[in-house]
Amino acid sequence: MTGLLQLLLLVLTLNNLALLGVDRLRSLIRLITLQGVLLAGVLLALDHILLAPAVLIIKGGILPYLLNRTRRRIGAEPHLRPRFGYGWAVLAGMGGLLFSFWLEGRLPMPPGLFPPLLLPAALTTLFCGLVLVVGRVTALSQVMGYLVAENGIFLLGIPLMSAGAIWFELTLLLDIFVAVFVMGIAINHISDTFESIDVNRFHNLRD
Amino acid sequence: MSLFVLAIGLLGVAAVALLVLAGLPPSMRVTRLANVLGPGCVVAACGLGLAGVFSGPWELILQFSLTWGLPLGEFSLGLDPLTRLFLLPVFGLGAVCALSGGLSLRKTRPEEHNLAAHWFFYVLLVAGMAVVLAARDAVLFLIAWEVMSLAPFFLIDFDDSDRKVRDAAWIYLVAAHLGAVLLIAYFALLWQVGGSTDFAVLAAQEHSSYTSALFLLGLLGFGAKSGIAPMHVWMPEAYPAAPGHVAGLQSGAMINAGLYGILRGFDFLGQPVDAPLWWGWCILVLGLATALMGILKALAQSNLKRLLAYSSVENVGIMLVGIGAGVLGAASGHPWIATLGFAGMLFHMLNHSAFKGLLFLCAGEVQQATGTVAMNRLGGLQKRLPLVGGLFLLGAASIACLPPFNGFAGEFVLALSLLDGASLPTVELQLGLLLSLVILGLVSGLALAAYTKAYGITFLGDARSEAAQHPHVAGWRSLWPLLFPAAACVGGGLLAGRCFELVAPTAQIAAHLPPLAELSGARAVNEVGHILDIIAAVGGAVVLLTAILLLVRCRLLRRRPVECRETWGCGYQFGTPRIQYTEASYSEPLGRLFGSVMGLKITEKGGGGLFPGRASLTISAPDRVRTSLFTPLFEAVERLCNALKIVQHGKIYLYILYILVTLVALLIWGMHA
Amino acid sequence: MSPLVAYLVQFVLALLLAPLLPGIINRVKAKFAGRHGKPLLQLYFDIFKLLRKGEVISRSASFVLSLGPAVSLATALCALALLPLGGVTSPLAFQGDFLLAAYLLGLGRFAVILAALDTGSSFEGMGASREATFSALAEPVLFCCLLALACVGGALHLENHLSLSGMLGGRPGTEWLLGRSELLFVPVVLFVLLLVENCRIPVDDPNTHLELTMIHEVMILDHSGPNLAFILYGSALKLWFFAALPAGILIPDLSPWWAQALCWLATILLMAVLVGVVESVMARLRMYSVPRLLGGAGVLAALALILTQIR
Repeated sequence: MTGLLQLLLLVLTLNNLALLGVDRLRSLIRLITLQGVLLAGVLLALDHILLAPAVLIIKGGILPYLLNRTRRRIGAEPHLRPRFGYGWAVLAGMGGLLFSFWLEGRLPMPPGLFPPLLLPAALTTLFCGLVLVVGRVTALSQVMGYLVAENGIFLLGIPLMSAGAIWFELTLLLDIFVAVFVMGIAINHISDTFESIDVNRFHNLRD
Repeated sequence: MSLFVLAIGLLGVAAVALLVLAGLPPSMRVTRLANVLGPGCVVAACGLGLAGVFSGPWELILQFSLTWGLPLGEFSLGLDPLTRLFLLPVFGLGAVCALSGGLSLRKTRPEEHNLAAHWFFYVLLVAGMAVVLAARDAVLFLIAWEVMSLAPFFLIDFDDSDRKVRDAAWIYLVAAHLGAVLLIAYFALLWQVGGSTDFAVLAAQEHSSYTSALFLLGLLGFGAKSGIAPMHVWMPEAYPAAPGHVAGLQSGAMINAGLYGILRGFDFLGQPVDAPLWWGWCILVLGLATALMGILKALAQSNLKRLLAYSSVENVGIMLVGIGAGVLGAASGHPWIATLGFAGMLFHMLNHSAFKGLLFLCAGEVQQATGTVAMNRLGGLQKRLPLVGGLFLLGAASIACLPPFNGFAGEFVLALSLLDGASLPTVELQLGLLLSLVILGLVSGLALAAYTKAYGITFLGDARSEAAQHPHVAGWRSLWPLLFPAAACVGGGLLAGRCFELVAPTAQIAAHLPPLAELSGARAVNEVGHILDIIAAVGGAVVLLTAILLLVRCRLLRRRPVECRETWGCGYQFGTPRIQYTEASYSEPLGRLFGSVMGLKITEKGGGGLFPGRASLTISAPDRVRTSLFTPLFEAVERLCNALKIVQHGKIYLYILYILVTLVALLIWGMHA
Repeated sequence: MSPLVAYLVQFVLALLLAPLLPGIINRVKAKFAGRHGKPLLQLYFDIFKLLRKGEVISRSASFVLSLGPAVSLATALCALALLPLGGVTSPLAFQGDFLLAAYLLGLGRFAVILAALDTGSSFEGMGASREATFSALAEPVLFCCLLALACVGGALHLENHLSLSGMLGGRPGTEWLLGRSELLFVPVVLFVLLLVENCRIPVDDPNTHLELTMIHEVMILDHSGPNLAFILYGSALKLWFFAALPAGILIPDLSPWWAQALCWLATILLMAVLVGVVESVMARLRMYSVPRLLGGAGVLAALALILTQIR
């Protein structure tokens, strides 16, 4: 099982870097779907049989569906608008990866808690999500950035999860689900009202 | 040692004689005499100096002291392996550049230039560099440093009728003195801590809490001389303005003095073995940034000499990477990595002196032949100046780090050091060194692009201007000094193993690393020498195979038609040389990728609409560091000084009042204390 | 059979079979397009025909024009001699020889670029400029890949982990079978490098009729006769070199040397087929997206390096 887990985490890391490199909204959503599927796979590899299908349905099915629906509804531009170049974003992701490895060596952790590669992969996911939030202009891609960051936190939480904490995790998932749902509606409304979902222009709303 | 002191003495005598000649009214005789006396004395002194360097065993440490009348310090010179190694380019290139300069200046008319003064400063520069490297006393070091920094100002200012040249000389002077100020602070602090100006005493002192401040001061002060980014701004201004032989000597030998200072600084601040890791990181990152920035800026240039100047920045960066790897290796307990790092740096320093001297001398010849070094006005020179072209090609191949020439051998030793980084204790060190190697790979790839551009646009294709169409051809009689650095480029590659055996012990002694015999698990010096021999053999095989293939081609083509026709132009009949790819178009694809680092400024005029009129496109690459860091800084200083002009009003009685007030204030303060 | 003889046999085999690879690529492309295609041995015919011809030389050119092909062929030969062909250690192998191989290919490129600039044609200048750009970007990617393999060899305590013979001899390569899945990135990246360095689709289109869109083919427009033959043979050897790199990773250490050698040969030919497939199913990328392709490959390679070093 560890071989499978390693492979999944590897693909997950690659997926994170790819998230920072793509320039189309649709490919971004596809990659996030893939990330959800990978998360489910990781859960399966860690013997969380019950949680895996739930995650697969929520992160690999419902959320991407919602994102796609929002994208279609508001007629978002097909291309993302980066604040800085894609190359820099990927470099930042690589920096995040290096930093996570460095951190893994420094963090005092009880031995055996984290399977190898899980902690750096989780931290990298978190960083890549934040880079996505910082580096892309439209609100929809920012939502996706939050989603990726949440995936990272979720990964971090997996080994800390004992049987009783599953419900806690589920509520967390639900939380995010609702948040994204609301965000989707909000974006829809913002788009209706202001004809743009460019967050650069939001600061005009300050009093 | 006596030969070396004799060489310094000879330079001193020559300087006095040339000074006298410079004071005489200009005439043809005086100019001729100066142009023979100057290079002649320099060559004789350099010969003596080289004999002094090589006399006696390499590891021997010699000392020569005289007391002088000054209250502080003494005239104390010494030779040790580090000094000896750094003296090689000074004397070698000093002689070559003097010969080449003498030959190219022989037709100077007395009313144009005062050659006696020119050679006076040249002699001072060579003597200054030699004394800086051999000084064993801080005061002597600083005096020699000042001489070494001041003399180039007058040498750069050779064509002082040109405003641009004068400006360049000023920029050089300011930069040199900013560096010198830092160095004075550096040595003053050392003196304060150590209580003496003698290097031996300073080296023996306990390490104090000032060490880190001293390290930064030294890195900045010596770095300004070597052209470490962002203190490189004077190089691309000064070298293009200077005559070829001066630029060659400065770039090949003078900037080494800064690196020498950094290495010598480890004597005072603590050996690399005891150095904190962040020193190594600092030097390594600075080196990588300098190398990458230097080569990208070089790619953006359209002036051949500016391109070479930025390439010097790149090479200094590569040498710094060597020092950084050395410090990191030593500080984390891997003396073998340290040895290879320092040895690679020293080897690359020698190589850089050879090929950069050669390239600048060739660029000087191009300038003399055509009157310009703007690449968009050159082209087709290979057929018209075959000797200069061939030598430049050799230099370009060496500096682009291609086997079998010396550039590759030097960088290979450096790369071996970085490769062994995988055995360092922590992950960040391992990855740091390995990724440095990857970045150096990028740098050398870019260097290949830069030098195919430099050689290809300047020497190949068709002439882009009248001047390049009909250059003044110089024959063997004025070009033979260039053969020495060219031979060094080839010899350094083919005899790399022997060079390494000279350089590696020097590196070990300079960095106070344990001798290799005591290291366990390390490959011996002769193993690396053996590897370098294999490389030389493979390089020789490439040369041989090329020769065979050329022979085969000649044989095949015998009795067959070989026609000379127009270049294929898609059937277009009326091609002109202006259609050729230019230097700007050659680097355009890289400009698209790295434009922000290269600092390309593109101005486009006209050309729109249905009936476009005259259109023009200008691409320039001004130095961003200069325009956005130093210019505002100096402007702010100027404003500040202007504000102080209220007290400087030209009324003498008030000035006397200032003196009086100061005196009284000092008296009161003295009494009070 | 002694290792030296085994090596020499394979070296001669490589020299003989190298011009077959472009033939295979063309044949695969033709099959995809539903054509019969050129003969498999077309490049042999071309080379022999060119060797029997005279030359037409540009009026602007100097000696550099004919130096280029000779140097590029000589360097390709020497670089190939540094590879462990069929897993047999090269007699020239030493620690760090991958640097020599990379820079020998660099020397060949240097000569060809200069030969292109020597004609003073803007087309050839364009090709030279693009070649210089893309190869400068490809170099660090190649280093990353090889360093990852060197790290694996170092972890396995191989004697010669810093030489190509150690990296590609089969031992580090088989590690991916034992769970180091990140090593599988390396052949992928090396395949991308093969496409870039040998100017195949999607980076360059060797068969296009527009000089403006080509890289390598446009640089040799003014070469003819024996010069062109040298260049064609040199590029075929270079293609063999880059096809052999993935083979060195994918093929494990097999006990009789000829079994491993046959596997290598099969992999190299398979690489040619793969190139043909890629050329058939993909369009050429825009010139400005090539750096993105290389950047992606570089990220993969860096990831492989980092992960192997972390383990």
